Amino acid sequence: MKKLINNPEFVVEEMLEGVVKAHPKYVRKLEGFNVLVRTNSPVQGKVALVSGGGSGHEPSHGGFVGKGMLDGAVAGAVFTSPTPDQVFEAVKAVNGGAGVLLVVKNYTGDIMNFEMAAEMAAMEDIQVASVVVNDDVAVENSTWTTGRRGIAGTVFVHKIAGAAAEAGKSLEEVKAVAEKVIANVRSMGMSLTPCTVPAAGKPSFELAENEMEMGLGIHGEPGTFRDVIKPADEIVEHLVDKILADIDYNGSEVAVMINGLGGTPLMELYIMNRKVSSMLEEKGIKVYKTLVGNYMTSLEMAGGSVSILKLDDELKELLDATADTPAFVQL
Amino acid sequence: MIHRDLLLKMIEEITMVIGANKQYLTDLDQTIGDGDHGINMDRGFRAIKDKVEAVKDKDCGTILKTVAMGLISTVGGASGPLYGTAFMKAGQVVANKMEITAEDAVKILDEAIQGIIARGKAAQGDKTMLDALIPAYDALKAAVEEGEPLTNAMGKAVEAAEGGVAYTKTIAAKKGRANYLGDRSIGHQDPGATSSYLMLKAIYDVLTREA
Repeated sequence: MKKLINNPEFVVEEMLEGVVKAHPKYVRKLEGFNVLVRTNSPVQGKVALVSGGGSGHEPSHGGFVGKGMLDGAVAGAVFTSPTPDQVFEAVKAVNGGAGVLLVVKNYTGDIMNFEMAAEMAAMEDIQVASVVVNDDVAVENSTWTTGRRGIAGTVFVHKIAGAAAEAGKSLEEVKAVAEKVIANVRSMGMSLTPCTVPAAGKPSFELAENEMEMGLGIHGEPGTFRDVIKPADEIVEHLVDKILADIDYNGSEVAVMINGLGGTPLMELYIMNRKVSSMLEEKGIKVYKTLVGNYMTSLEMAGGSVSILKLDDELKELLDATADTPAFVQL
Repeated sequence: MIHRDLLLKMIEEITMVIGANKQYLTDLDQTIGDGDHGINMDRGFRAIKDKVEAVKDKDCGTILKTVAMGLISTVGGASGPLYGTAFMKAGQVVANKMEITAEDAVKILDEAIQGIIARGKAAQGDKTMLDALIPAYDALKAAVEEGEPLTNAMGKAVEAAEGGVAYTKTIAAKKGRANYLGDRSIGHQDPGATSSYLMLKAIYDVLTREA
């Protein structure tokens, strides 16, 4: 393992310390917890948004703490859901009296830990609601299984629900907006290389020089199938076809996110975007906004994901609202 | 009968066994999950050491609840809430007791399993820790009801759990991250079922050693 770290045991704490030093205007760390909150938390009278999950997805989620997006982000160990006590601390620190919305990605561990935190908050009479993001079309949905994973589409939830909260909406309204985003966003990713969890010391899976993994998750968990590597346009075609087959985008306006997994040059992400936008144009789907960059990474993994969010007037307005966070600034 | 001091030895043994199998459990999890099971479990059990030491003079229930809270606040992932809930339920069975009878042991395993089902919304056959624990419970209960001594009954439970672990190789995962692999998870042993088996085996080893 070749990594720019000091000790695998302290990567999360040391990273958070570095984040706070870099962005003191935006975030502070709760003493004794791996939680970042807005410098001015709690914002009185505003619904607060808390998200989180395992670390290794930077800038998710701490990079999105700031005006117009999240109020707090809880960082678990690398690729491991944070514990309930950590989430609970975040909830207490950001609660400004109007309630707290937990934005959870659909993983067995995240669901359980956030659920236990919500139970703890309820015992202290803090109003808490949760939404679960499950945008990954690579995973077939079924009542009997864990269901689809939450991946890069989660950032759209942070942005749009965050804007609704900033606009003074109630907890119920912010939750409804978040659910509208979740209902209308779909994503799928692929990778060219695996990644190595620092504490594990070796890659999570192996790929030959000429192989790629389609539909993998953001935790290095293997994908739905493996194939010989193809030109970018063919790969994108597969991803976009899967996404468009899932919900009806016909005639709609969309926001597109081309997300890098951490080890992908921007050049390649833009090459992906070229094909995504031409495919959407051919199908008469209008791209209202495009985001290209590293939003929800998987350590040093090479590869990317495509997310497509179907918009209406409400979502467009909230997507366009100002946001000022370490990793997403829109003024 | 398991006296409080024996319970403390069992917790120590489990901590040691999990530590010794940290890499093994992580390797199993890398194959079908996200590759952190051994790392998380080891971190959790190492973290409870001092907490358990602080309540070593208390009753069995307090000790088990201390283990539960420690695991919940340090393991993370799915196994933290699941094992944490299991130990919490176990602690409630023997609240204020200094000794655990064979009947208590059956009840403990039952409550632990019910806790895991409620928290994880999983069932037998989903390729989870339940596939080791439920057969173990059935074997333990049958043996205790037939009047077998606890050590023998526990031996049968461990055997059944081992069979359950082997069974997880034959089925596709329906819960947890292995679920995303679909049928590609067949042929691989479930890390959670394996850690459950290792814990039961550690308990049995202490019973045979101390008998």
